[in-house]
Amino acid sequence: MTPLAALIRRDIKIALRVGGGALIGVLFFLTVTVLMPFAIGPDLPLLARLGPAILWLGALLASLLTLDRLFTADHDDGSLDLIVMGRTPLELACAAKALAHWLAAGVPLIAATPVLGLLLNLDAAATSAVALTLLVGTPALTFTGMIGAALAVTLHRGGLLLAVLVLPLSIPVLIFGVAASQAAITGPLSFGTPFSILCALSLVSFVVGPFAAAASLRHGLD
Amino acid sequence: MTLIDLANPSKFLALTARVLPWLAGATAILLLVGLYQAAMAPDDYQQGATVKIMFIHVPNAWLSMFVWGVMSIAALGTLVWRHPLADVAAKAAAPIGAAFTFLALVTGSLWGRPMWGTYWEWDARLTSVLILFLMYLSLMALWRAVEDPSRAARAAAVLTLVGAINLPIIKFSVDWWNTLHQPASVMRMGGPSLDKAFLIPLLVMAVGFSLLFMTLHLAAMRNEILRRRVRSLQMMQASQQAA
Repeated sequence: MTPLAALIRRDIKIALRVGGGALIGVLFFLTVTVLMPFAIGPDLPLLARLGPAILWLGALLASLLTLDRLFTADHDDGSLDLIVMGRTPLELACAAKALAHWLAAGVPLIAATPVLGLLLNLDAAATSAVALTLLVGTPALTFTGMIGAALAVTLHRGGLLLAVLVLPLSIPVLIFGVAASQAAITGPLSFGTPFSILCALSLVSFVVGPFAAAASLRHGLD
Repeated sequence: MTLIDLANPSKFLALTARVLPWLAGATAILLLVGLYQAAMAPDDYQQGATVKIMFIHVPNAWLSMFVWGVMSIAALGTLVWRHPLADVAAKAAAPIGAAFTFLALVTGSLWGRPMWGTYWEWDARLTSVLILFLMYLSLMALWRAVEDPSRAARAAAVLTLVGAINLPIIKFSVDWWNTLHQPASVMRMGGPSLDKAFLIPLLVMAVGFSLLFMTLHLAAMRNEILRRRVRSLQMMQASQQAA
Protein backbone atom coordinates (compact mmCIF):
# COMPACT_ATOMS: atom_id res chain seq x y z
CA MET A 1 0.00 0.00 0.00
CA THR A 2 1.40 3.38 -0.94
CA PRO A 3 1.86 5.96 1.83
CA LEU A 4 -0.96 8.10 0.45
CA ALA A 5 -3.46 5.26 0.37
CA ALA A 6 -2.42 4.32 3.90
CA LEU A 7 -2.94 7.92 5.01
CA ILE A 8 -6.40 8.04 3.46
CA ARG A 9 -7.37 4.70 5.04
CA ARG A 10 -6.08 5.77 8.43
CA ASP A 11 -7.88 9.14 8.35
CA ILE A 12 -11.18 7.60 7.33
CA LYS A 13 -10.88 4.95 10.05
CA ILE A 14 -10.13 7.56 12.72
CA ALA A 15 -12.97 9.78 11.55
CA LEU A 16 -15.54 6.99 11.63
CA ARG A 17 -14.53 5.40 14.92
CA VAL A 18 -15.48 6.49 18.40
CA GLY A 19 -14.09 9.95 19.05
CA GLY A 20 -14.00 10.84 15.39
CA GLY A 21 -16.19 13.72 14.37
CA ALA A 22 -17.43 12.71 10.93
CA LEU A 23 -20.95 11.71 11.89
CA ILE A 24 -21.37 14.68 14.21
CA GLY A 25 -21.43 16.74 11.00
CA VAL A 26 -24.46 14.85 9.68
CA LEU A 27 -26.22 15.22 13.00
CA PHE A 28 -25.53 18.96 12.92
CA PHE A 29 -26.79 19.14 9.32
CA LEU A 30 -29.99 17.42 10.39
CA THR A 31 -30.45 19.73 13.38
CA VAL A 32 -29.87 22.94 11.40
CA THR A 33 -32.33 21.82 8.74
CA VAL A 34 -34.94 20.93 11.34
CA LEU A 35 -34.46 24.31 13.04
CA MET A 36 -35.32 26.21 9.85
CA PRO A 37 -39.06 25.37 9.75
CA PHE A 38 -39.30 26.51 13.38
CA ALA A 39 -37.79 29.87 12.45
CA ILE A 40 -39.60 30.34 9.12
CA GLY A 41 -42.86 28.63 9.98
CA PRO A 42 -44.17 25.34 8.59
CA ASP A 43 -45.31 26.92 5.32
CA LEU A 44 -44.70 24.11 2.83
CA PRO A 45 -44.59 26.12 -0.44
CA LEU A 46 -42.20 28.63 1.16
CA LEU A 47 -40.01 25.80 2.50
CA ALA A 48 -39.93 24.24 -0.96
CA ARG A 49 -38.77 27.55 -2.40
CA LEU A 50 -36.09 28.07 0.26
CA GLY A 51 -35.16 24.38 0.44
CA PRO A 52 -32.03 24.37 -1.71
CA ALA A 53 -30.66 27.42 0.12
CA ILE A 54 -31.38 25.85 3.52
CA LEU A 55 -29.71 22.58 2.53
CA TRP A 56 -26.68 24.36 1.14
CA LEU A 57 -26.31 26.55 4.23
CA GLY A 58 -26.66 23.53 6.47
CA ALA A 59 -24.05 21.58 4.52
CA LEU A 60 -21.70 24.59 4.57
CA LEU A 61 -22.00 25.00 8.34
CA ALA A 62 -21.72 21.26 8.94
CA SER A 63 -18.55 21.00 6.88
CA LEU A 64 -17.18 24.04 8.73
CA LEU A 65 -17.89 22.33 12.04
CA THR A 66 -15.85 19.24 11.21
CA LEU A 67 -12.96 21.09 9.52
CA ASP A 68 -11.37 21.77 12.88
CA ARG A 69 -10.54 18.07 13.17
CA LEU A 70 -8.63 17.93 9.90
CA PHE A 71 -5.27 18.79 11.47
CA THR A 72 -5.72 19.41 15.22
CA ALA A 73 -5.87 15.78 16.35
CA ASP A 74 -2.79 14.94 14.28
CA HIS A 75 -1.04 18.00 15.65
CA ASP A 76 -1.86 17.06 19.23
CA ASP A 77 -0.49 13.52 19.00
CA GLY A 78 2.52 14.49 16.90
CA SER A 79 1.67 12.59 13.74
CA LEU A 80 1.36 15.87 11.83
CA ASP A 81 5.07 16.46 12.40
CA LEU A 82 5.81 13.03 10.93
CA ILE A 83 3.67 13.81 7.90
CA VAL A 84 5.45 17.16 7.42
CA MET A 85 8.88 15.52 7.71
CA GLY A 86 7.97 12.44 5.69
CA ARG A 87 9.20 11.63 2.21
CA THR A 88 5.78 12.05 0.61
CA PRO A 89 5.37 15.61 -0.71
CA LEU A 90 3.41 17.58 1.84
CA GLU A 91 1.07 18.93 -0.87
CA LEU A 92 0.03 15.39 -1.80
CA ALA A 93 -0.32 14.42 1.84
CA CYS A 94 -2.58 17.43 2.43
CA ALA A 95 -4.65 16.52 -0.63
CA ALA A 96 -4.95 12.95 0.65
CA LYS A 97 -6.06 14.15 4.09
CA ALA A 98 -8.64 16.46 2.53
CA LEU A 99 -9.91 13.65 0.31
CA ALA A 100 -10.24 11.35 3.32
CA HIS A 101 -12.01 14.09 5.25
CA TRP A 102 -14.42 14.64 2.39
CA LEU A 103 -15.13 10.91 2.09
CA ALA A 104 -15.76 10.60 5.82
CA ALA A 105 -17.55 13.89 6.52
CA GLY A 106 -18.74 15.23 3.15
CA VAL A 107 -20.27 12.17 1.52
CA PRO A 108 -22.59 11.44 4.50
CA LEU A 109 -23.97 14.97 4.12
CA ILE A 110 -24.86 14.24 0.50
CA ALA A 111 -26.35 10.90 1.49
CA ALA A 112 -28.53 12.66 4.07
CA THR A 113 -29.82 15.22 1.56
CA PRO A 114 -32.77 13.13 0.20
CA VAL A 115 -34.17 12.63 3.69
CA LEU A 116 -33.80 16.29 4.58
CA GLY A 117 -35.27 17.28 1.22
CA LEU A 118 -38.38 15.32 2.21
CA LEU A 119 -38.68 17.38 5.40
CA LEU A 120 -38.43 20.59 3.36
CA ASN A 121 -41.11 19.54 0.86
CA LEU A 122 -38.70 19.26 -2.07
CA ASP A 123 -39.79 16.98 -4.90
CA ALA A 124 -37.54 14.27 -6.33
CA ALA A 125 -36.13 16.43 -9.12
CA ALA A 126 -35.27 19.27 -6.73
CA THR A 127 -33.69 16.91 -4.20
CA SER A 128 -31.55 15.25 -6.82
CA ALA A 129 -30.48 18.67 -8.15
CA VAL A 130 -29.40 19.74 -4.67
CA ALA A 131 -27.64 16.41 -4.06
CA LEU A 132 -25.83 16.70 -7.38
CA THR A 133 -24.66 20.27 -6.70
CA LEU A 134 -23.59 19.25 -3.19
CA LEU A 135 -21.66 16.32 -4.65
CA VAL A 136 -19.77 18.69 -6.92
CA GLY A 137 -19.54 21.59 -4.49
CA THR A 138 -18.63 20.09 -1.11
CA PRO A 139 -15.11 19.06 -2.24
CA ALA A 140 -14.48 22.77 -2.87
CA LEU A 141 -15.67 23.54 0.67
CA THR A 142 -13.32 20.90 2.10
CA PHE A 143 -10.31 21.88 0.02
CA THR A 144 -10.63 25.64 0.62
CA GLY A 145 -11.52 24.98 4.25
CA MET A 146 -8.32 23.00 4.57
CA ILE A 147 -6.38 26.26 4.09
CA GLY A 148 -8.14 27.74 7.10
CA ALA A 149 -7.66 24.56 9.10
CA ALA A 150 -3.92 24.56 8.35
CA LEU A 151 -3.61 28.24 9.32
CA ALA A 152 -5.57 27.70 12.53
CA VAL A 153 -3.51 24.68 13.60
CA THR A 154 -0.21 26.48 13.10
CA LEU A 155 -1.51 29.35 15.22
CA HIS A 156 -2.96 27.08 17.93
CA ARG A 157 -6.27 28.86 17.48
CA GLY A 158 -9.13 26.75 16.25
CA GLY A 159 -12.82 27.40 16.38
CA LEU A 160 -13.74 31.00 15.98
CA LEU A 161 -10.76 32.08 13.89
CA LEU A 162 -11.26 29.13 11.55
CA ALA A 163 -14.85 30.14 10.84
CA VAL A 164 -13.88 33.75 10.17
CA LEU A 165 -11.08 32.69 7.81
CA VAL A 166 -13.00 30.05 5.88
CA LEU A 167 -16.45 31.57 5.42
CA PRO A 168 -15.42 34.43 3.08
CA LEU A 169 -13.55 31.91 0.90
CA SER A 170 -16.62 29.70 0.65
CA ILE A 171 -19.05 32.42 -0.48
CA PRO A 172 -18.51 31.76 -4.25
CA VAL A 173 -19.23 28.05 -3.78
CA LEU A 174 -22.43 28.86 -1.92
CA ILE A 175 -23.53 31.37 -4.59
CA PHE A 176 -23.07 29.01 -7.52
CA GLY A 177 -24.25 25.92 -5.65
CA VAL A 178 -27.58 27.53 -4.78
CA ALA A 179 -27.82 29.20 -8.20
CA ALA A 180 -27.39 25.84 -9.97
CA SER A 181 -29.97 24.09 -7.77
CA GLN A 182 -32.48 26.92 -8.21
CA ALA A 183 -31.88 26.90 -11.95
CA ALA A 184 -32.60 23.18 -12.09
CA ILE A 185 -35.81 23.55 -10.08
CA THR A 186 -37.44 26.74 -11.27
CA GLY A 187 -35.45 27.92 -14.27
CA PRO A 188 -35.52 30.23 -16.24
CA LEU A 189 -31.72 30.36 -16.36
CA SER A 190 -29.88 27.34 -17.66
CA PHE A 191 -28.52 24.79 -15.21
CA GLY A 192 -25.29 24.35 -17.16
CA THR A 193 -23.67 27.73 -16.55
CA PRO A 194 -23.67 27.89 -12.73
CA PHE A 195 -23.03 24.15 -12.56
CA SER A 196 -19.91 24.41 -14.74
CA ILE A 197 -18.67 27.33 -12.63
CA LEU A 198 -19.25 25.20 -9.52
CA CYS A 199 -17.19 22.39 -11.10
CA ALA A 200 -14.50 24.93 -11.96
CA LEU A 201 -14.43 26.21 -8.38
CA SER A 202 -13.92 22.66 -7.13
CA LEU A 203 -11.12 22.03 -9.62
CA VAL A 204 -9.41 25.31 -8.69
CA SER A 205 -9.65 24.43 -5.01
CA PHE A 206 -7.99 21.05 -5.70
CA VAL A 207 -4.99 22.98 -7.01
CA VAL A 208 -4.88 25.92 -4.62
CA GLY A 209 -5.95 24.22 -1.39
CA PRO A 210 -3.19 21.62 -0.96
CA PHE A 211 -0.45 24.07 -1.93
CA ALA A 212 -1.67 26.83 0.39
CA ALA A 213 -2.25 24.40 3.26
CA ALA A 214 1.16 22.79 2.77
CA ALA A 215 2.81 26.21 2.63
CA SER A 216 1.21 27.31 5.85
CA LEU A 217 2.06 24.02 7.60
CA ARG A 218 5.66 24.16 6.41
CA HIS A 219 6.16 27.78 7.42
CA GLY A 220 4.04 27.71 10.52
CA LEU A 221 4.94 24.57 12.45
CA ASP A 222 8.00 24.70 14.61
CA MET B 1 19.98 52.11 -1.93
CA THR B 2 18.47 48.76 -2.81
CA LEU B 3 15.70 46.70 -1.29
CA ILE B 4 18.27 44.82 0.79
CA ASP B 5 19.55 48.02 2.39
CA LEU B 6 15.99 48.80 3.43
CA ALA B 7 15.93 45.53 5.33
CA ASN B 8 17.72 47.38 8.10
CA PRO B 9 14.85 48.95 10.05
CA SER B 10 16.99 51.86 11.25
CA LYS B 11 17.88 52.82 7.68
CA PHE B 12 14.24 52.46 6.72
CA LEU B 13 13.17 54.73 9.59
CA ALA B 14 15.77 57.34 8.64
CA LEU B 15 14.79 57.30 4.97
CA THR B 16 11.04 57.47 5.60
CA ALA B 17 11.53 60.30 8.11
CA ARG B 18 12.99 62.34 5.24
CA VAL B 19 10.47 61.22 2.60
CA LEU B 20 7.23 61.38 4.60
CA PRO B 21 6.79 65.20 4.85
CA TRP B 22 7.23 65.54 1.09
CA LEU B 23 4.79 62.74 0.43
CA ALA B 24 2.25 64.21 2.81
CA GLY B 25 2.61 67.63 1.18
CA ALA B 26 2.22 66.22 -2.33
CA THR B 27 -0.85 64.27 -1.17
CA ALA B 28 -2.47 67.40 0.29
CA ILE B 29 -1.79 69.46 -2.85
CA LEU B 30 -3.05 66.78 -5.25
CA LEU B 31 -6.18 66.08 -3.22
CA LEU B 32 -6.94 69.82 -2.99
CA VAL B 33 -6.42 70.30 -6.74
CA GLY B 34 -8.46 67.18 -7.46
CA LEU B 35 -11.32 68.23 -5.19
CA TYR B 36 -11.36 71.72 -6.75
CA GLN B 37 -11.40 70.27 -10.26
CA ALA B 38 -14.08 67.78 -9.23
CA ALA B 39 -16.21 70.59 -7.82
CA MET B 40 -15.75 72.61 -11.02
CA ALA B 41 -16.48 69.65 -13.31
CA PRO B 42 -19.74 69.97 -15.25
CA ASP B 43 -22.83 68.06 -14.17
CA ASP B 44 -23.59 64.91 -16.09
CA TYR B 45 -26.48 65.20 -18.56
CA GLN B 46 -28.16 62.19 -17.00
CA GLN B 47 -26.91 61.92 -13.44
CA GLY B 48 -26.75 65.62 -12.58
CA ALA B 49 -24.55 66.56 -9.63
CA THR B 50 -24.44 63.04 -8.20
CA VAL B 51 -21.80 62.13 -10.77
CA LYS B 52 -19.32 63.89 -8.49
CA ILE B 53 -19.48 60.97 -6.05
CA MET B 54 -17.44 59.21 -8.73
CA PHE B 55 -14.35 61.28 -7.92
CA ILE B 56 -14.28 59.78 -4.42
CA HIS B 57 -15.80 56.39 -5.16
CA VAL B 58 -13.62 55.27 -8.06
CA PRO B 59 -10.19 56.05 -6.47
CA ASN B 60 -11.27 54.29 -3.28
CA ALA B 61 -12.41 51.26 -5.24
CA TRP B 62 -9.16 51.14 -7.21
CA LEU B 63 -7.13 51.43 -4.04
CA SER B 64 -9.11 48.74 -2.26
CA MET B 65 -7.76 46.31 -4.88
CA PHE B 66 -4.35 47.96 -5.19
CA VAL B 67 -3.71 47.60 -1.45
CA TRP B 68 -4.44 43.87 -1.59
CA GLY B 69 -2.00 43.72 -4.50
CA VAL B 70 0.64 45.46 -2.37
CA MET B 71 -0.05 43.01 0.45
CA SER B 72 0.29 40.08 -1.95
CA ILE B 73 3.73 41.30 -3.04
CA ALA B 74 4.64 41.74 0.62
CA ALA B 75 3.35 38.22 1.29
CA LEU B 76 5.70 36.89 -1.39
CA GLY B 77 8.45 38.87 0.29
CA THR B 78 7.63 37.18 3.58
CA LEU B 79 7.37 33.63 2.27
CA VAL B 80 10.03 33.62 -0.45
CA TRP B 81 12.71 36.10 0.54
CA ARG B 82 12.01 36.36 4.27
CA HIS B 83 12.45 40.11 3.91
CA PRO B 84 12.23 41.52 7.44
CA LEU B 85 10.12 44.51 6.43
CA ALA B 86 7.73 42.57 4.24
CA ASP B 87 5.54 41.42 7.10
CA VAL B 88 5.61 44.91 8.59
CA ALA B 89 4.39 46.24 5.23
CA ALA B 90 1.68 43.58 5.01
CA LYS B 91 0.45 44.18 8.53
CA ALA B 92 0.39 47.96 8.17
CA ALA B 93 -1.50 47.83 4.86
CA ALA B 94 -4.45 45.69 6.01
CA PRO B 95 -6.42 48.27 8.04
CA ILE B 96 -5.78 50.97 5.43
CA GLY B 97 -7.03 48.68 2.67
CA ALA B 98 -10.08 47.80 4.76
CA ALA B 99 -10.80 51.51 5.20
CA PHE B 100 -10.56 52.16 1.45
CA THR B 101 -12.82 49.21 0.73
CA PHE B 102 -15.32 50.41 3.31
CA LEU B 103 -15.34 53.90 1.78
CA ALA B 104 -15.77 52.44 -1.70
CA LEU B 105 -18.79 50.46 -0.48
CA VAL B 106 -20.32 53.41 1.40
CA THR B 107 -19.84 55.95 -1.42
CA GLY B 108 -21.08 53.40 -3.93
CA SER B 109 -24.13 52.80 -1.79
CA LEU B 110 -24.83 56.54 -1.48
CA TRP B 111 -24.40 56.88 -5.24
CA GLY B 112 -26.59 53.88 -5.92
CA ARG B 113 -29.56 55.28 -3.97
CA PRO B 114 -30.33 58.20 -6.36
CA MET B 115 -29.13 56.42 -9.52
CA TRP B 116 -30.30 52.82 -9.16
CA GLY B 117 -32.99 53.50 -6.58
CA THR B 118 -31.39 51.17 -4.03
CA TYR B 119 -28.59 51.33 -1.49
CA TRP B 120 -27.59 47.76 -2.10
CA GLU B 121 -28.01 45.23 -4.85
CA TRP B 122 -26.56 41.71 -4.85
CA ASP B 123 -24.77 42.35 -8.10
CA ALA B 124 -21.50 40.63 -9.00
CA ARG B 125 -19.25 43.67 -8.52
CA LEU B 126 -20.82 44.73 -5.24
CA THR B 127 -20.78 41.20 -3.87
CA SER B 128 -17.16 40.57 -4.80
CA VAL B 129 -16.07 43.87 -3.21
CA LEU B 130 -18.03 42.96 -0.09
CA ILE B 131 -16.15 39.65 0.01
CA LEU B 132 -12.92 41.62 -0.32
CA PHE B 133 -13.97 43.70 2.68
CA LEU B 134 -14.77 40.57 4.72
CA MET B 135 -11.38 39.13 3.77
CA TYR B 136 -9.63 42.30 4.93
CA LEU B 137 -11.44 41.93 8.26
CA SER B 138 -10.56 38.25 8.60
CA LEU B 139 -6.95 39.04 7.76
CA MET B 140 -6.91 41.66 10.51
CA ALA B 141 -8.49 39.13 12.88
CA LEU B 142 -5.69 36.71 12.00
CA TRP B 143 -3.06 39.35 12.75
CA ARG B 144 -4.67 40.05 16.09
CA ALA B 145 -5.11 36.38 17.04
CA VAL B 146 -1.41 35.58 17.38
CA GLU B 147 1.10 37.20 19.66
CA ASP B 148 4.32 36.30 17.88
CA PRO B 149 4.52 38.67 14.87
CA SER B 150 6.68 36.48 12.61
CA ARG B 151 4.40 33.48 13.11
CA ALA B 152 1.33 35.59 12.36
CA ALA B 153 3.13 37.04 9.33
CA ARG B 154 3.59 33.67 7.63
CA ALA B 155 0.00 32.62 8.24
CA ALA B 156 -1.29 35.98 7.02
CA ALA B 157 0.92 35.73 3.93
CA VAL B 158 -0.69 32.45 2.90
CA LEU B 159 -4.18 33.86 3.41
CA THR B 160 -3.27 37.03 1.49
CA LEU B 161 -2.06 35.04 -1.52
CA VAL B 162 -5.19 32.89 -1.49
CA GLY B 163 -7.35 36.00 -1.26
CA ALA B 164 -5.56 37.54 -4.25
CA ILE B 165 -7.65 35.19 -6.42
CA ASN B 166 -10.53 37.56 -5.70
CA LEU B 167 -8.82 40.53 -7.42
CA PRO B 168 -9.27 39.45 -11.06
CA ILE B 169 -12.81 38.35 -10.18
CA ILE B 170 -13.61 41.87 -8.95
CA LYS B 171 -11.97 43.50 -11.97
CA PHE B 172 -13.73 41.37 -14.56
CA SER B 173 -17.00 40.75 -12.68
CA VAL B 174 -18.67 43.55 -14.65
CA ASP B 175 -17.65 41.91 -17.95
CA TRP B 176 -18.39 38.29 -17.00
CA TRP B 177 -21.78 38.93 -15.46
CA ASN B 178 -24.05 41.44 -17.09
CA THR B 179 -25.36 43.16 -13.99
CA LEU B 180 -26.29 46.53 -12.54
CA HIS B 181 -22.82 47.97 -11.96
CA GLN B 182 -21.55 49.70 -15.08
CA PRO B 183 -18.63 48.13 -16.99
CA ALA B 184 -15.11 49.54 -16.88
CA SER B 185 -14.86 52.96 -18.49
CA VAL B 186 -11.26 54.04 -17.75
CA MET B 187 -8.97 51.01 -17.71
CA ARG B 188 -10.25 49.13 -20.72
CA MET B 189 -9.22 48.04 -24.21
CA GLY B 190 -9.44 50.91 -26.69
CA GLY B 191 -8.83 53.69 -24.17
CA PRO B 192 -11.11 55.43 -21.69
CA SER B 193 -14.70 56.10 -22.69
CA LEU B 194 -14.96 58.92 -20.18
CA ASP B 195 -15.07 62.57 -21.30
CA LYS B 196 -11.93 64.62 -20.60
CA ALA B 197 -13.84 66.98 -18.30
CA PHE B 198 -14.40 64.02 -15.96
CA LEU B 199 -11.31 61.97 -16.74
CA ILE B 200 -8.68 64.53 -15.72
CA PRO B 201 -10.06 65.31 -12.23
CA LEU B 202 -10.61 61.57 -11.72
CA LEU B 203 -6.99 60.77 -12.55
CA VAL B 204 -5.76 63.60 -10.30
CA MET B 205 -7.87 62.24 -7.48
CA ALA B 206 -6.64 58.71 -8.16
CA VAL B 207 -3.00 59.80 -7.96
CA GLY B 208 -3.83 61.86 -4.86
CA PHE B 209 -5.44 58.89 -3.12
CA SER B 210 -2.53 56.64 -4.13
CA LEU B 211 -0.13 59.10 -2.54
CA LEU B 212 -2.40 59.22 0.50
CA PHE B 213 -2.10 55.45 0.75
CA MET B 214 1.70 55.62 0.44
CA THR B 215 1.87 58.28 3.14
CA LEU B 216 -0.41 56.40 5.53
CA HIS B 217 1.29 53.11 4.76
CA LEU B 218 4.82 54.39 5.41
CA ALA B 219 3.66 56.09 8.61
CA ALA B 220 1.91 52.91 9.75
CA MET B 221 5.04 50.87 8.94
CA ARG B 222 7.12 53.24 11.05
CA ASN B 223 4.66 52.86 13.90
CA GLU B 224 4.74 49.09 13.58
CA ILE B 225 8.55 48.98 13.65
CA LEU B 226 8.62 51.21 16.72
CA ARG B 227 5.88 49.11 18.35
CA ARG B 228 7.96 45.97 17.80
CA ARG B 229 11.01 47.67 19.28
CA VAL B 230 9.03 48.64 22.35
CA ARG B 231 7.78 45.06 22.59
CA SER B 232 11.25 43.52 22.39
CA LEU B 233 12.60 46.06 24.89
CA GLN B 234 9.82 45.14 27.29
CA MET B 235 10.56 41.45 26.80
CA MET B 236 14.26 42.08 27.48
CA GLN B 237 13.42 44.05 30.59
CA ALA B 238 11.07 41.36 31.82
CA SER B 239 13.65 38.62 31.29
CA GLN B 240 16.32 40.69 33.08
CA GLN B 241 14.04 41.22 36.03
CA ALA B 242 13.29 37.52 36.13
CA ALA B 243 17.00 36.63 36.03
